[in-house]
Amino acid sequence: MTFWQSVLDPFHYQFFQKGLLAAVLAGGLCGLIGVYVTLRGMSYIGHGLSHAIFGGFAAAPLIGVNVVLGAGVWGLASALAISAVTRRRRIGADAAIGVVTTASFALGVALLTRFGKKGPDFEAALFGGINGVTRGDLVLLVVALVFAVTVFTVRYRAFLFTTFDPEVADVSGVRVARMDALLMLVLSLSILATLTIIGVTLVAATLVIPAVVARMLTNSFSRMLWLSSTIGALCGGVGMYLSFQVAVPSGTTIVLTNTVVFLIVLAATGRRGLRRTARMDDHHEAPVGPGAPIGVAA
Amino acid sequence: MSPSALVSLDHVTFGYDGAPVLKDVTYAVEPGAFTGIVGPSGSGKTSLLRLLLGTVTAHHGTVTRTPGLAVSYVPQLETVNWNFPVTVHECVLMSRASRRLLPWATAQERADVATVLERLGIADLGQRHIRELSGGQQQRMFIARALVRRPALLLMDEPTSGVDVATRHEVLHLLDDLNRGGLAIVLTTHDLNGMAAHLPHLVALQQRVIAMGTPQEVIVPSVLEQVFGARMEVLMHLGMPVVVDGHAAAAVGA
Repeated sequence: MTFWQSVLDPFHYQFFQKGLLAAVLAGGLCGLIGVYVTLRGMSYIGHGLSHAIFGGFAAAPLIGVNVVLGAGVWGLASALAISAVTRRRRIGADAAIGVVTTASFALGVALLTRFGKKGPDFEAALFGGINGVTRGDLVLLVVALVFAVTVFTVRYRAFLFTTFDPEVADVSGVRVARMDALLMLVLSLSILATLTIIGVTLVAATLVIPAVVARMLTNSFSRMLWLSSTIGALCGGVGMYLSFQVAVPSGTTIVLTNTVVFLIVLAATGRRGLRRTARMDDHHEAPVGPGAPIGVAA
Repeated sequence: MSPSALVSLDHVTFGYDGAPVLKDVTYAVEPGAFTGIVGPSGSGKTSLLRLLLGTVTAHHGTVTRTPGLAVSYVPQLETVNWNFPVTVHECVLMSRASRRLLPWATAQERADVATVLERLGIADLGQRHIRELSGGQQQRMFIARALVRRPALLLMDEPTSGVDVATRHEVLHLLDDLNRGGLAIVLTTHDLNGMAAHLPHLVALQQRVIAMGTPQEVIVPSVLEQVFGARMEVLMHLGMPVVVDGHAAAAVGA
């Protein structure tokens, strides 16, 4: 086999074509949402939510519920609970999120270990996989992507205002709580759709890295959205290709590709890139009570 | 209480978790008002702004607001994430967020933004990142964002907090111009000499309204002692009150 034959060989397989398309869509989707996740300081929530959804992912087939529906409802409930806890800023919110999401993840691991044959592929759910991509997975990804693009287009300014300045957005007529819930819905649906491609343990990286790289390259919010989505999609495609060539889970190669791109851009942009990403996630919900900024009250 | 008031508070009490922050406050914002609310941290300045904005509800008393009143709010510069990836133009357009369902601006919106930026003297800065502005330009940008909503009342939280003297003068003159154009402005400040003494009307707050009137009426030792809990001397300079602490006043024989 010549060099070019070996390079082009994966494209002859239908399962690879499906996997590649899924990885590009998943990378682009995570890149898009990642802009909001990172700028709002929600990286930890994204990480926790992926773990929470894993519990529903494992439990749904065991109780005879469609995996997408079961994990979707589980994920949405977790997302709304996390959103409520975060907004209220009760003492120990981070701890509460950590307990809920890791407990859900542990439940998922226990269920998959005990009843693995009835549920989805364990390794693919954890680290992503190239083999298990079905037509249903692709449909779910397209639905999640269309939903995310529609939501972020139609409510572009409201999301921008809420991300930049939630207190003033609130007093300027933007329904911030509704925007938060909508973002959580998009995030949970997207994590669910990308779970078997990227894997629960690695999805947070695909949310964060493309957005950070995009921030290094631009000072404009709209350009950051485009750049992050494109970087995510390209890294998804390249990562999936490498996954086939080196025979390791696709989630790991996608994240490693993202990391290499991050290092290259960091080296190219130098101090300017570092300065732009400093305090990038300095989005803070206001404390409640006297002394708190306008718009947030007890 | 004037029936023409934009917002009026009548014997309002308000607090958090059972502890009152404001007690029995009666105050009205009249059309064209230019008022500074002065008081130390914890005196209830921000709570009073919240009541005027309508983001909190009085525990006792009544708050009356002119139906359809457009109110804009400018936050403290110190609370802003200046590293956020947004240009001046994007930032100003945000205030139209609740009206527009598509990302791109209409011709009317572009014209409105251009008019406001021109009026505030930052027309050529639209494509700059917000961090690349000076302190005065940053304050102008947020005022532009507020004005694009065409408010009748502008509320500002500590507009000169953390800025240098030149910026403070710049902001003060700008607000004065806007007020002359008919915009009612209420701002909070703890900067007695730099800001409060230059405003036409002051409210001295310490949970209750201690005094209300011109700077010459409000910035007097007896009021300041009740508000700040410390003896302060007031000197008159070119007809304006200047606050000095007791030790400094004693040193110069005031």
